[in-house]
Amino acid sequence: MQAYLVRRLIMTVPVLVGISVIVFLVMALIPGDPARAILGAYATPENLARVRGELGLDKPLVVQYLTWAAHLFEGDLGRSYSLDRPVLDEVLERFGATLILSVAALALCSLFGIVAGVVSAVRQYGWADKVLTLLVLVGISTPSFWLGLLLALLFSVELGWLPASGMFAVYGGGGPLDLLRHLVLPAVTLSVVASGVIARLTRSSMLEVLRQDYVRTARAKGVAEYRVIIAHAFRAAVVNVVPVIGIQAGFVLGGAVYIETVFQWPGVGRMLVGAIATRDILLVQGGVLVVAVFYVLVNLVVDLAQHLLDPRIKA
Amino acid sequence: MKGAAGIALWALYRRNRLAVFGLAVVVVVVGLALITPFLPLPDPDLTDLANRLKPPLSAGAPLGTDHLGRDILARLMWGTRVSLAVGIVATLVAALFGSTIGIVAGYRGGRIDNLLMRGIDMLMAFPYMLLALTIVAVLGPGLMNALFAIAIVNIPFFARNVRGVSVGVAAQEFVDAARLSGLGEIRILWSELLPNVMPVIVITMSTTVGWMILETAGLSFLGLGAQPPQADLGSMLGDGRKLMIVAPHMATIPGLVIFVLVMGINLIGDGIRDVLDPRLRSGALTRPSAATAVSPERVPCGAAAAAENALLEVRGLATGFHIGGEVYRAAEDVDLVVRPGECVGIVGESGSGKSVTALSLARLVATPPGRIDGGRVLFHGADLMEAPMAALRAVRGEDIAYVFQDPQTTLHPLIPVGAQIAEAIRAHHALSRAAARSRAIALLEKVGIANAPARAGAYPHQLSGGMRQRIGIAMALANGPELIIADEPTTALDVTVQAQVLRLLDDLRREEDAALLFITHDFGVVSTICDRVLVMYAGRVVEVGTAEAILGEPRHPYTRRLIDCVPRLGDAGQAIDAIPGLPPPANRLPAGCAFAERCERRSLECTRGELPLRPLADGHVVRCHHPIEAGSG
Repeated sequence: MQAYLVRRLIMTVPVLVGISVIVFLVMALIPGDPARAILGAYATPENLARVRGELGLDKPLVVQYLTWAAHLFEGDLGRSYSLDRPVLDEVLERFGATLILSVAALALCSLFGIVAGVVSAVRQYGWADKVLTLLVLVGISTPSFWLGLLLALLFSVELGWLPASGMFAVYGGGGPLDLLRHLVLPAVTLSVVASGVIARLTRSSMLEVLRQDYVRTARAKGVAEYRVIIAHAFRAAVVNVVPVIGIQAGFVLGGAVYIETVFQWPGVGRMLVGAIATRDILLVQGGVLVVAVFYVLVNLVVDLAQHLLDPRIKA
Repeated sequence: MKGAAGIALWALYRRNRLAVFGLAVVVVVVGLALITPFLPLPDPDLTDLANRLKPPLSAGAPLGTDHLGRDILARLMWGTRVSLAVGIVATLVAALFGSTIGIVAGYRGGRIDNLLMRGIDMLMAFPYMLLALTIVAVLGPGLMNALFAIAIVNIPFFARNVRGVSVGVAAQEFVDAARLSGLGEIRILWSELLPNVMPVIVITMSTTVGWMILETAGLSFLGLGAQPPQADLGSMLGDGRKLMIVAPHMATIPGLVIFVLVMGINLIGDGIRDVLDPRLRSGALTRPSAATAVSPERVPCGAAAAAENALLEVRGLATGFHIGGEVYRAAEDVDLVVRPGECVGIVGESGSGKSVTALSLARLVATPPGRIDGGRVLFHGADLMEAPMAALRAVRGEDIAYVFQDPQTTLHPLIPVGAQIAEAIRAHHALSRAAARSRAIALLEKVGIANAPARAGAYPHQLSGGMRQRIGIAMALANGPELIIADEPTTALDVTVQAQVLRLLDDLRREEDAALLFITHDFGVVSTICDRVLVMYAGRVVEVGTAEAILGEPRHPYTRRLIDCVPRLGDAGQAIDAIPGLPPPANRLPAGCAFAERCERRSLECTRGELPLRPLADGHVVRCHHPIEAGSG
C-alpha cells in the first residue's frame, strides 16, 4: 500500500505540471494582445504598458511560464482586475462553497446511483427495473440548468418549502441547518445526471457479476440471498463502480457552474462565469487551476480506494 | 452486399422499441427544424412591447410571447435549428480531430502514440465543463467559440475510443500486407484503418452528440454562447430564467425541447450501440435467480422414495434450457440413487448432461435459461424441487455441499479464502466471527494447507490451483455434509496435482462419512474411487452398474467406445479410435437411441420410439436394444 501510495503520488507530478502549462497557455493563446484583452475597455497606453510589464510579455514564453510557476509556488495567482483583490483570496473563499456543493452532490449521486443500479439488476425486467431504467434515461437527458429552474419553481416559489438562492438566509441565517436547507435543491439538481450514469453502470456491472461462478458458489453454500447480492455480487461490482464515481466527480465539478448560476450559489463556477464575461483572465486562470488541482486529488483518492478494494491490483 | 448488411442492421435496431421511439422523436424535431423557414411563422426577432409576456395559448401566439413581445413558437423553431446545427457541427469537428488523433496514435504506436495520448490524458485531467469554460475564456463569448470549446473537450473521448480499436486493427495481417505492397501511410490509414474503426466512431458520435447539444445550450444559458439578437434554445432558457416567477413558460418551454431532443438522441445512441457492439447490449445479460425455476408443468414422475435407505433419490429428472422459443434438453429422464457413505460416479463427454444433472440437484442451474421440466429429487425422502427457498437454502452447504470444477472462477476473487470458508459455516450456524474463523483455520489444516492461520488471509489469486481446490474442498466439508457433489473437481488442475486432490477428497469424505457424487469424464478416476457408475450420453443415462462391471464389461456400445478411448499404460499397440460423428444437438434429439447414428450395432428399431433403461441379468442396467454380450471382452 505504501509503495503504491508513493508511486501514485509521483505520478501526479507530471499531471500537475501539465495542468499548470495548459492554464498558463490560456494567457498565451489569447488571440491578439493579452494585455489588451485583459484590459478591454480600459486599454489606455499606460495601462497596457503596466500590464505587459506585470505579465512579462516581452520575454520568451518559457521564461514567462517559469516566472508564472514560481509565483504560483508562492501562492501568488496575480490580482483580479474586476474585483481588485488577490486572485487566490477570492478563489479560496469561493472554493469552500463549491466543495460543499460538489461533495454533497457526489455523495447523493453515489447513493442514488448504486441503490438504483443494484435494485434494477436484482429485479431485472421487473417493474422496479423498468421504472428505474426510465428514470435513468430521463435523468441523463435532462439539462441540469433547466431541472434546477423547475425544482426552484416547484419547491421554492409554489410550495415555499426550500430556499432557491444563496448559501445562507440573508437575515438570521448562518447555522449548519440553514446551510443544509439551502443545499438541498442545488445538490439534488447537480446529482441527477451523475446518478443516472452511475446507476446504468452499476446495473450492467451487477448483471455481469451475478452470472459469475463464484456467485453460484455462494448460493451453493446456502448463503442468504441478500448476502449473495451485497457481500458477493456487489462486492465484486463495486470495483467497476468506483472509477466511474471518480469520472463523475469531474462532471459534477464542471456541472456546478450551471447549478451555482441557477441557485446563486457563491462558488467558483459562478465566479468563473462572471470573470469570463468581464474578461478577468487572471481570475479565470486561478479558478480553473484550483478546481483542476482538486480534481487531481479526487482522482488520487479514487485510485487509492480502488487499490484497497481490489487486492488483485499490483502495488 | 452493403445494402443487405444495412437491412440486417436496421432489422436489429428495429427490435429495440425505445430506440425506434427515439428515432421518431428526433426525425420529427429535425424535420420541423428543416422546414421552419417555409412555415408561416412570425418574425422571431420582431419585438412588440405592447404584447409582451403573453402566456401560452394566447391569440396569435400559441406558446406566448417573451419579455420583448417576440413570438416564442417562432423563436423556439429557429432556436432549435441553431442548437441542432451547433451540436451536430461540434460533434463532427470533435469526431474529425479526435478520430484522426486516435487512428494515428493507434497505427504508429511508440513515441507518437505516447505523446498524443499523454496530451489527451492531460485534457482529461480537467473537469470537462471547466475546460470548455477555459477555452471560451480564451476565445471570448460567442456561439462559434462555444461550438469550438465543446468540440475540443469532446476530442479525448473520440481519440481514446478510436485508438483502442486502431491498435488492434493495425496489428492485423491485412495492414501488414498493405504496408508491404508499398501503399503510402495516408492511403493505409484511409482505406484500411478507417473502415474498421468506423463503427467505434459512429458509436462515439451517437453517444456524444446529445451531450454536445446539451453543453452548447448550457454555455448559451450562461450567456457565453449565442449572443443577442441571435438565439438558441440555451439562450432562450437563460433569458427566461430572469423572469421565472412572472413568466415561467419562457424558460420551461425551451428546456423541454432540449430535454426531448437529447432524450431522443440518447435512445438512438443506445440503439446504435446495441446494434454495432452486441457485447455492450444492456439487455443481453440475464441474471440467474437464487434457484432454478421449476416448470409448472413438471411431472413429478416415479414413486416417492422407492429405493431402500436412499440418501438421495432422483427420479425422472429433466432439465432444459429454454432459449428463444427452443428447448435444449440437457438432462432427460435421469434416475439416480445415492446411499449414505457411497461414492457414485457420473461419466460422460462434455455436453452429456452430467454437470447439469449435478447442478440441478440443489437447483443451482442458472434460470434463465435453465428450468427443471420434470422429475423429483428426493433428499431424505423430501422433494427438493418442491422445497420453499428457505428450506432449500438450509440444505445447500449444510447437508449437500458442492465442489466445483475451476477454483479460479468459483472462489470469490476479492474475499480472503478463510472468510469464504467461515461464511459457509456462519450461513448455517450461529457462531461468532472469531469461532468461525478458527474453525476455518482448522479446516484449512485438515485439507493440508501449511501455515493455515496466515493462508486464511490470502486471496485466491495468491494461491496455486491445487491449493485453491483444497480451499474448495474445505468449504464443502465445512458443515460436515451428508452428500458432497463434486463436479469435475480435478479437471482444471495440473496432472501432478490431480491425484493428490482426488485422494484428499476421497479420504476426507470417508473420514466424515459423507456420500460422494462424482462427476467426471475420466474413467481412471472412476476406477479409483467410485462404487457405482452412471454413464450419460446426450442428456440420458445409458448405463448403470458397479465401477468394476462398467470398466471391465461395458454393455452399452457407447460406454465401450468411451473406455477404448482411454490410453492404457504399457499397451503400445493399443489403437485409440475417436468415436466417429458428433452427439445430436440438444434441441433436436432424435427418436429412439441418441447414440444410434454413431453406433455400429444399430438396427431399425434403434431409431424408433422410446427406449427405456433395461436391467440385465448381472445387476447391470443399460439403455440399448443390442447390448454387448457379457463375456465378449
